[in-house]
Amino acid sequence: MALKGIDIFKLLPKAHSNCKECGNPTCMAFAMKVAQGAVDITKCPHVSSDVLDKISESNAPPMKSFTVKAGDAEYKLGGETVLFRHEKTYVSKTLYAFSLYGCRTDEENDAVIKEATGVDYNRIGERMYAEFVNVCTHKDEEFVALAQKGASLNRGVILSTHKIELATAAVAAIKDAKPILNGADKDNYEAFSKLASDNGLLLGVNAPTLEEMHELVEKLEALGNKNLILTVDTHDIKTAFEMNVQIRRSALLNKDSQFGYPTLVNVAGLTKGDVNLENALAALFTVKYGSILIFDTMDYAKALALYGLRQNIYTDPQKPMRQEVGIYPLNKGEADSPCFITVDFALTYFVVSGELERSGVPCNLLICDAGGYSVLTSWAAGKFGATSIAKFITEEVEPKLSSRTLVLPGKVAVLKGELQDKLPGWKVLVGPNEAVAVVKFAKELVAA
Amino acid sequence: MAFKKPTPKPGAAINEVTLGVGANAVTLGGESVLPFYSFDGTIPNSPKIGIEVSDLGFADAVPGIAGLYAGISDTAEAAKAAAAVPGVDFVCLRLESADPNGQNRSAEDCAATAKAVSDALGDLKPLVIIGCKNNEKDAQVFDKAAAALEGKNVLFVAAKEENYKTVAASVGLAYNQKVGAESSVDINLAKQLNVLITQMGVSGKNVVMNVGQAAAGYGFEYVYSTIDRIKAAAQNQNDTTLQMPIFTPVSTETWGVKEATASSEDMPDWGDVEARGISMEIQTAVSVLTAGSNAVMLRHPKSIEAVSALITALA
Repeated sequence: MALKGIDIFKLLPKAHSNCKECGNPTCMAFAMKVAQGAVDITKCPHVSSDVLDKISESNAPPMKSFTVKAGDAEYKLGGETVLFRHEKTYVSKTLYAFSLYGCRTDEENDAVIKEATGVDYNRIGERMYAEFVNVCTHKDEEFVALAQKGASLNRGVILSTHKIELATAAVAAIKDAKPILNGADKDNYEAFSKLASDNGLLLGVNAPTLEEMHELVEKLEALGNKNLILTVDTHDIKTAFEMNVQIRRSALLNKDSQFGYPTLVNVAGLTKGDVNLENALAALFTVKYGSILIFDTMDYAKALALYGLRQNIYTDPQKPMRQEVGIYPLNKGEADSPCFITVDFALTYFVVSGELERSGVPCNLLICDAGGYSVLTSWAAGKFGATSIAKFITEEVEPKLSSRTLVLPGKVAVLKGELQDKLPGWKVLVGPNEAVAVVKFAKELVAA
Repeated sequence: MAFKKPTPKPGAAINEVTLGVGANAVTLGGESVLPFYSFDGTIPNSPKIGIEVSDLGFADAVPGIAGLYAGISDTAEAAKAAAAVPGVDFVCLRLESADPNGQNRSAEDCAATAKAVSDALGDLKPLVIIGCKNNEKDAQVFDKAAAALEGKNVLFVAAKEENYKTVAASVGLAYNQKVGAESSVDINLAKQLNVLITQMGVSGKNVVMNVGQAAAGYGFEYVYSTIDRIKAAAQNQNDTTLQMPIFTPVSTETWGVKEATASSEDMPDWGDVEARGISMEIQTAVSVLTAGSNAVMLRHPKSIEAVSALITALA
């Protein structure tokens, strides 16, 4: 259990009481901040090493976090503090891997690579692609070559093997890719732990039950290895779900430090090639606590829903998602196509752009800086008013577009007069109150 | 130190609400643990799947949906075909033709369709009636349909802030059917509507909530967290005004988004539009069920198959 402020206060050295060297007025104030995790105990220059260990141990975050390399990029795993996103926020989004298998032919693996690496796009400022490639084969002689193929794809590599010779050879071949070494089990863990530690790699821990997993983590921690990811790899969906949930819950509710690690879920191993079931499980383990999910492949059908889901679930509830400010031509809109303006709240952007696209009318959607709030909220907060809209239009839009027709959201119809005064060259119109009516409005606008 | 299974305090139970009568009855809710957490306690009724049938048909839909109703022009026949899809627990009839901005069919005609569908379904599956989204017209249609379906124990979706007085009075009080209370993605609005409806005299045990829906990627986090919070209030704080089971009509949202509608000619990278639509429907449905929805409405037989397989695997 984490120590409370008063417990920490009692452990601080009395000889230097209230020396202020930590930057706090009193030792008590400092202790309270340490308990909240706001400052680190090491900021006290006089604290003894015994006490330091005791406090940092007991006030360690319930779930460790790791930075993993994925080609040129880096991602964070773990570090979660809540079981439900509305309690605060989730911090490390679920990452995804497609697989290269020895049971496929070279051509089949190449086809998977082509399909999976083809999924790479931007959605509200976030790059959407499979961050990892998982390598797995029962043909020993092919493992290193397959690992090298994986490492050439500029993403993170997961080496899935329980054989230390294969793991050693593959690690030697692709050391710079800093792969995740997924293969420690109850029989090989000492050798795997050494290989991972020697090369600074995250070690995947494999065990069939929660009890055995816990025991194996204890053994690895006793060897001094706390650089772990817990692998959920069974053939039973119910077992996999229970393990994944219980690991996270034990860490956060029971402060069970042996389970305070991220999880690696082998979704492909649960589905036997059923792509619809794989999509169902992809969503399940994204909303419930999977840190990395392994799939057979990644295609657009899976990705479009899954990355949207992930982006939503891993949004900080206190910070609305924002669409980048700018001009978005829709339906092959040209410089002289009519302009529709709205706010930069991502949801508003999605709904409005969707409706405009449905109308088929070539137009430009203008996204104005409104603090990331909805139309009425930002208007009420003074972030979406005639002055800011006029400034945006004259500075950003007029130099780029020749159109001088501007459609306002119906909810801010009151701005029309003032805006018309500020934008003399423009024809300012009031659009519908709700996005659903945009289709009809847009069609009538161009027909008129 | 050996692993010690976390033992959360047992929560209050979600109300059990039964739809249909006799052989075709299904029960929603009843659980006092989080969705799919059968390791925490028994889940008496696993989540249920309804199939969406429209009285306007799905002629323009993707092949897997349109094909199900190929050669069928009669709504009752379509409902029978839908009921036979493996994994379906109930049939949702959307009376879209009532829309005053569309065909504007009369309440009497819509009620006759509802009656024909109910008769065709017989003992096969229970029925849920869904309106045309016009509050005033829905109230009229529900009144006639609730009368025509008296004794069939049908759920009507939805009573909203704007029309709950009429809908709850006829559907819930006069004809003793189940009332679907629809609010838009806000725990307080959901609670308020439940309170208003129960204050009229409708038993809370006859109410099912629709707390709003969105497709994955389209503000779905609000739906997810609203359901999360409602379940927490209902189970952990024993808030009886939020213990109604939740029904989420997933398909009406997911089949309308760009990912499920843009043709492969327009988006050549994206591939087959049907596969995208199925994936969007499956992933959205699984996510709302994992948050705590007790039932979903789906359209595509493949989606129903996958979601049903997952529910079975986790039961």
